Amino acid sequence: MTAVTPAPPSTAGAPAPADIAPGSRSGGRSRLRAAAGFAFGAALLFAVAPLALSDFRLALLAKYLCVAMVAVGIGIAWGRGGMLTLGQGVFFGLGGYAMAMHLKLADAGPGGMPDFMQLYGQLDELPVWWRPFASPWFALPATVLLPMAVAFGLGSLVFRRRVRGAYFAILSQALAAAMVILLIGQQGTTGGTNGLTDIQGFFGYDLDDPVNQRMVYFIIAGVLLALLALARQLIHSRYGELLVAVRDSEERVRFLGYDPASVKLVAYVVAAGMAGLAGALFVPAVGIISPALIGIVPSIEFVIGVAVGGRATLLGPVLGAVAVAWARTALSERFPGTWTYLQGLLFVVVVAFLPGGLASLWALARRRDAGPEQSRRGWPAPARRRASRAEAHR
Amino acid sequence: MSDDRLDGLSVRDVRVSFDGFTAVDGVSLEVPAGDIRFLIGPNGAGKTTLVDAITGLVRATGSVCFGDQELLGRPVHRISRLGIGRTFQTSTIFEELSVVQNLDIAAGARRSWATLARRRRGIPDEVAAALETVGLTGRADQLAGTLAHGQKQWLEIGMLLVQDARLLLLDEPVAGMSHEERDATGALLETVSRDRTVVVIEHDMDFLRRFARSVTVLHAGKVLSEGTVAQVQADPRVQEVYLGHPVDAGPVPSGLEA
Ligand SMILES: Nc1ncnc2c1ncn2[C@@H]1O[C@H](COP(=O)(O)OP(=O)(O)OP(=O)(O)O)[C@@H](O)[C@H]1O
Ligand SMILES: [Mg+2]
Repeated sequence: MTAVTPAPPSTAGAPAPADIAPGSRSGGRSRLRAAAGFAFGAALLFAVAPLALSDFRLALLAKYLCVAMVAVGIGIAWGRGGMLTLGQGVFFGLGGYAMAMHLKLADAGPGGMPDFMQLYGQLDELPVWWRPFASPWFALPATVLLPMAVAFGLGSLVFRRRVRGAYFAILSQALAAAMVILLIGQQGTTGGTNGLTDIQGFFGYDLDDPVNQRMVYFIIAGVLLALLALARQLIHSRYGELLVAVRDSEERVRFLGYDPASVKLVAYVVAAGMAGLAGALFVPAVGIISPALIGIVPSIEFVIGVAVGGRATLLGPVLGAVAVAWARTALSERFPGTWTYLQGLLFVVVVAFLPGGLASLWALARRRDAGPEQSRRGWPAPARRRASRAEAHR
Repeated sequence: MSDDRLDGLSVRDVRVSFDGFTAVDGVSLEVPAGDIRFLIGPNGAGKTTLVDAITGLVRATGSVCFGDQELLGRPVHRISRLGIGRTFQTSTIFEELSVVQNLDIAAGARRSWATLARRRRGIPDEVAAALETVGLTGRADQLAGTLAHGQKQWLEIGMLLVQDARLLLLDEPVAGMSHEERDATGALLETVSRDRTVVVIEHDMDFLRRFARSVTVLHAGKVLSEGTVAQVQADPRVQEVYLGHPVDAGPVPSGLEA
């Protein structure tokens, strides 16, 4: 009979234990549970947190929730689709810059120019590519569609050529690095290393006013819940099942008549859209977007939270992202300089000893309660011997 | 969806080389519609590689037609959509998904994105029919990874059925099966071949004698012999290869000393 075999270290994204609910799960009950879960989450985010936290802490939480949005997307692309997206900062940045450009232009008023342009760029008129961002009708959709379009272009090139595993991860990293270099190099029009700072208003609301900061927090909390609902729908749809199948045995899916490249592409594009939206909302929450917030290091940090929480689950990435971001703030206040090492250590420990993240501990405990017949569940050990042999010859 | 036409497979002068080593060396064979053709030969004869070539996994020269469609040169998923289904020597079901989910995915290559975005409700008809045919109805909701070995193989065949494959290429489907499981698999092949063409790679001679309608023997990348079971068994060249007589001593495959 089937033994519980450890996952073969086949790709950089070694298969995570999928927490997919088998077909037996009665649809009605699980839907009820999900609704209760969402209600609980909403109560926590909309009632408990605003009452319990100071304005300062609430603003921090708003920032963490933006990171959590990125994490939801990574959970889909990496946890479900096996694509180790180490460059989500790019999409976060595209969304963030699109929003910040609009807000900067709105701050400057009609016909005005952002302050830094005269300072560094000695420009006397707005660059052409800035102009459309003056309109909210362009800028707002762009925060999501721009990252999705870039992900689509990149994904189409990469997945069809069967770039995956570590190669894909490195490529995503390179993209993040390239974007940072580009931004810094074009200081006159991008704000360079400083980024776009000192953002005052958000669609007519003064961001210095704590009441408006609260409003931004509520928007962020609402969007996060909506993204979670979307992710849940995606995971439980036929597409979600297919995505797991592609993750575990891409070749087999191909022999069933699917093109795995387009299956992966969808998950990648969705994840990019979520990261873009997160970046866009990060800007009013924090008042700045800069290369340091979207480069290689933040891109890796996005992934660490997901790994810690449990990449293949719905809530794991969110909780992990918030926990890691919170730990970062708490610890780097007290022990500046050690956080980076601690974080690296955390990542290694989780990947090596708990590939399913903290969520797998929770699942384990639940299964133990449920009785022995449910507890037999190994890591996926997809049979790809044959396929990989042939692939070596491509 | 599919047309119910029964098609035959026609392989002409197919060649596959790996870095100068020719694994399939000018193979030609005709499998008439509705046949159960057994493909046998010693280890390394090129059986699997031939199936790889037919299904687009390795590059090959020559021609492979199913019905009037040329297969060579098309990508794997397009060949699959023409009604060619295969299994692998090792089981390749999705162990982390349930039996129904496995079958549902196999049934879905022609689904629209709108259908994919929705949740599966209940068990689609073609999936239920396949469950019945391969005898896994009682296991529908079990995780595929927890099935017994034989059941995994049947699930693979079931996936080909819902996939609407009209040509089934099975690579050692009964390896490791018990006697009862072999019998059940043989019966399954006979059912399935009523409206499909079946090619089976197999080492098990007993299984071959009972269920083959025709046999092709491959050796060192070439067709050595072809015909009915009796004809092939009587062929002295086959006996040479299989019994390891000095002429062209191929490796004696285990379990083949029939
Ligand atoms: N990808 C590959 N690269 C190099 N050599 C290969 C490759 N695939 C197959 N071969 C070689 O081609 C020959 C035929 O292999 P193939 O797997 O087709 O044999 P087979 O008849 O299926 O054998 P078996 O009964 O052991 O499954 C073998 O010598 C094998 O080593
Ligand atoms: Mg073989």
